[in-house]
Amino acid sequence: MKNARTIQFVSKPSIVSTAVAVGPLEKQSPFHPHFDLIYEDERFGQETNEKGHAQLIEETCRLALMKAGLQIPDIDLFLAGDLVNQMTPTNFAARQLTTPFMGMFSACATSVSSLITASFFLESNHMDRILFGAASQHNAVERQFRYPIEYGAQKPPTGQWTVTGAGFGILSHHISGKPFVHSATIGKVIDCECIDPLDMGSAMAPAAFDTIQQHLAQNKGTSYDFVMTGDLGKNGYTILQELIQSSGVSSYLIDNYRDAGAEFYGKDKKFLSGASGAGCSASVYFGPIYAELLAKQWKKVLLVATGALLSPLSFQQGESIPCIAHAVELWME
Amino acid sequence: MDANTYQQTVDQLAPKRPVLRNCFTAFLTGGIICAIGQLISFVYMYFFPFTERTASNPTVATMIFIAMILTGTGYYKKIGQFGGAGSAVPVTGFGNAVISAAIEHKSEGFILGVGANMFKLAGAVIVYGVFSAFIVTLIKTILVNIGGISW
Repeated sequence: MKNARTIQFVSKPSIVSTAVAVGPLEKQSPFHPHFDLIYEDERFGQETNEKGHAQLIEETCRLALMKAGLQIPDIDLFLAGDLVNQMTPTNFAARQLTTPFMGMFSACATSVSSLITASFFLESNHMDRILFGAASQHNAVERQFRYPIEYGAQKPPTGQWTVTGAGFGILSHHISGKPFVHSATIGKVIDCECIDPLDMGSAMAPAAFDTIQQHLAQNKGTSYDFVMTGDLGKNGYTILQELIQSSGVSSYLIDNYRDAGAEFYGKDKKFLSGASGAGCSASVYFGPIYAELLAKQWKKVLLVATGALLSPLSFQQGESIPCIAHAVELWME
Repeated sequence: MDANTYQQTVDQLAPKRPVLRNCFTAFLTGGIICAIGQLISFVYMYFFPFTERTASNPTVATMIFIAMILTGTGYYKKIGQFGGAGSAVPVTGFGNAVISAAIEHKSEGFILGVGANMFKLAGAVIVYGVFSAFIVTLIKTILVNIGGISW
């Protein structure tokens, strides 16, 4: 077997533009200056949460196209996903966008898994421009995975808040002056027998650790501005830090380790352990992180999106929560 | 990574539910809800022709109505996060479970949505409430008929 889990993309595919749209609660995020659209209506003017979710995806994709000065026929492939059953919001948005489309599902790690897949298509030189990304809408996701929105259940301190947000980007062949995909590591499904669906951080931390360890071992000597996980939250962040520290992988990493979910809503205790959802990593990676790479504030970042691969049925049947983490290394020259 | 060792790490590092604090806030919230209920039942007894026994039905209806308003306006989930069991156990919690499910499933229509899902959460309370009442009655009947215990 080739050690093909970590791949370096020789053609250096570049992210030419990105767009991020979020809902009303996300306005208070410290990342908000880098969000392109902040809606006041969490349903985005639609009659149901699910229609609103599809609208959010479509609008964000159109904005990413507009920012790159492209039209729909310029897009060879649309690679995206969300968390709703059968991914209807993304499928319905793809119906409106009329581009060739393939749905991607890696739960909350879809932001990065779609970017890795897009990089492969460009590396093989078969396509020129791929629209990729992920999204989540709080109400549509919560009602499916947990309780009705207005149900007064008490969440524990490890609970997280699903982000209403979408982050999409356009990947093309290398263009100087734009951040590019240097390398990537494909995650393994790791299950450490966590069973609490209100403590995803603990469940996902080992998957993130495995992917980070693998990526660093294959890229020895690279120093990163930071390593940022997707949505481990404050709890998962602490646990991953402990895993890294006790394994001695790289002491350098500890000071430069961040988590999008832990930072997303700032210090507001109302959001307990922080943010989660496919839109969490997507809106942070393709919003503020992309903008800061573009501004040359950062040169090399390792983005590790994390996903919990559970369904409401699986945990009710007593199954543990298998998790995955995909990593992508973005460089700016 | 070994799952057992990892679970120990999680137990050490993950924040625990603040049980004592939760008990106190549950006591406070549940107490306030019950005090309001008591007040309403006094109102029915003093201003309307209800007795202590008959006042309970309109009181429960009024409490559920209040829970409905609070659920629809989004306040009950905030009370729930603070009060925990204190707001879940009283009849207002039952009301909240029914009403939140009804609001949630309105988008799927009145039959397959609201009608079919309204008791999604509260159904368990009804099923096991009726079942345990049946068992208790059965035990009572047996004891009265066989054991000669008078009730």
